[in-house]
Amino acid sequence: MATTAENRPKFRWHIIVFLAPAVLVYTAVMIIPLFGTLQFSLYTTIDNTQHFVGLDNFRTLFGDPRWSDSFWNALGNNAWFFFIHMVVQNPIGILLAALLSHPRLRMSAFYRTTIFIPTILSFVIVGFGWKLILSPIWGIAPSMLDAVGLKSLFAPWLGKEAYALTTLSLISVWQYVGIPMMLIYAALLSIPDEVLEAAECDGITGMSQFWKIKLPLILPSIGIISILTFVANFNAFDLIYSAQGALAGPNYSTDILGTFLYRTFFGFQLQLGDPNMGSTIASAMFFIILAGVSVYLFLIQTRLRRYQF
Amino acid sequence: MQSARSSVGRSIAAHAILITYTIIALFPVIVIIMNSFKTRKAIFREPLSLPHSESFSLEGYQTVLTQGDFFLYFQNSLIVTLASLFCVLLFGAMAAFALAEYRFKGNTLMGLYLALGIMIPIRLGTVAILQLMVASGLVNTRTALVLVYTAQGLPLAVFILSEFMRQVSDDLKNAGRIDGLSEYRIFFRLVLPLVRPAMATVAVFTLIPIWNDLWFPLILAPAEETKTLTLGSQVFIGQFVTNWNAVLASLSLAILPALILYLIFSRQLIRGITAGAVK
Repeated sequence: MATTAENRPKFRWHIIVFLAPAVLVYTAVMIIPLFGTLQFSLYTTIDNTQHFVGLDNFRTLFGDPRWSDSFWNALGNNAWFFFIHMVVQNPIGILLAALLSHPRLRMSAFYRTTIFIPTILSFVIVGFGWKLILSPIWGIAPSMLDAVGLKSLFAPWLGKEAYALTTLSLISVWQYVGIPMMLIYAALLSIPDEVLEAAECDGITGMSQFWKIKLPLILPSIGIISILTFVANFNAFDLIYSAQGALAGPNYSTDILGTFLYRTFFGFQLQLGDPNMGSTIASAMFFIILAGVSVYLFLIQTRLRRYQF
Repeated sequence: MQSARSSVGRSIAAHAILITYTIIALFPVIVIIMNSFKTRKAIFREPLSLPHSESFSLEGYQTVLTQGDFFLYFQNSLIVTLASLFCVLLFGAMAAFALAEYRFKGNTLMGLYLALGIMIPIRLGTVAILQLMVASGLVNTRTALVLVYTAQGLPLAVFILSEFMRQVSDDLKNAGRIDGLSEYRIFFRLVLPLVRPAMATVAVFTLIPIWNDLWFPLILAPAEETKTLTLGSQVFIGQFVTNWNAVLASLSLAILPALILYLIFSRQLIRGITAGAVK
């Protein structure tokens, strides 16, 4: 059958029909607006008409102190946000996954299901919930610290410039630790028994088995988690907006690119929204994410050795 | 004997760590739900104790249900999520089938084009998306949200589903062709039922971010009649900052649907994430 179909070259309409809805919606609502936004960043609006200004908006964003202070502040905060995720989320995720993947562990389904619960909650719940718990008015956090004799350590963490961003990063880690846990758990389960048995024959067991055999084998998963975290962090908005509002207080200390974009695009208090500068920030975020993804695809992923079993 | 004892010790340590982390994960959720059933006094005086006959009160829920339009928000969220989910699954499966089944010029390129959206977030196009929706008169409609979420969900859906469709046996499809089934029937009758588990996985992955999204409802559909539950509770909580009963009750109401959905679908979700790792 297949050969007769090839002998008689006939236009295969069904391929078009199968592809068309997905490609049309995706192109119209995602790809065209994405490039539209990049294009907007090259224009400025004067008296409701668009004027081409080349890269002037980017020069303003990076160099003009009215904009660049906020931009570099947001970028720096975003980098710190990402750094906390990398150094806290991944080790906790790996530890939990390593414990869960132990073949004789009981109740592992229960642990897996419950530890994943925060991940499915919306940022609004997470942001407000933690805000209440950490609030000095309610006093849950101080009274719990008091119970272990550490009351002096309590501070209104979300309200202090020095701690607010780190606190929010940790809240976000709390919410998302389920994802690295699951992906690494999957990677650990896919290591064949023979490999581990061979290691045991050579006397490599317990911790050294983890460091010498398992960890190298799950490095590709850690790579994927890192790039997913990178993209999600440099595009984050909801948590900061829910917990600290669009002004990302106190005194912009928790401002990240997402909230900066929102304020610029929509305006706040006395400042009017500016779609062109908004596009410029979105474009900058686009290039940052693109750079991160390219580094991962071309530098990291190609160097990670993959083992085929 | 020595090794048996140390393995018992190790398993106790493992359980201790896992239980500690489970408590960390659940503590905030439990505290919020527990306190939503208490009187205002009890919320502050004994935040960590369970509600009992003296401290039990539903005043928070009464405030929320009489003043907020939670039922409407819930309905909006449900309609938007289900409609987007339907489009993502149908269009995604169709495109995945085309990519997995047929060889044609530009197949790989089309696959890469559709995969772009996995890494580049749709949020970055917001400025132009808003203009598009303004131009087409779709601002403050649920349709705008459905369109955006469909576009957002498609890349991952196509990627995952085409992997699974490659595994469907060729013999089966060719047998269908010999029996004179059209390509459409082969897709709907033979292939779709076989990839149902993968569809369930994709459904859960698509559903959670849509249900929880705050950005697009805030920008594209902030009107009272089109507010989703996530945006609605955000605005509502903001208005009631000082009314702790109402805030805790509305947080609990927002947690509930997500939690129920999760407990129904958690098997699919976990199986989906750990797919291919089954030994």
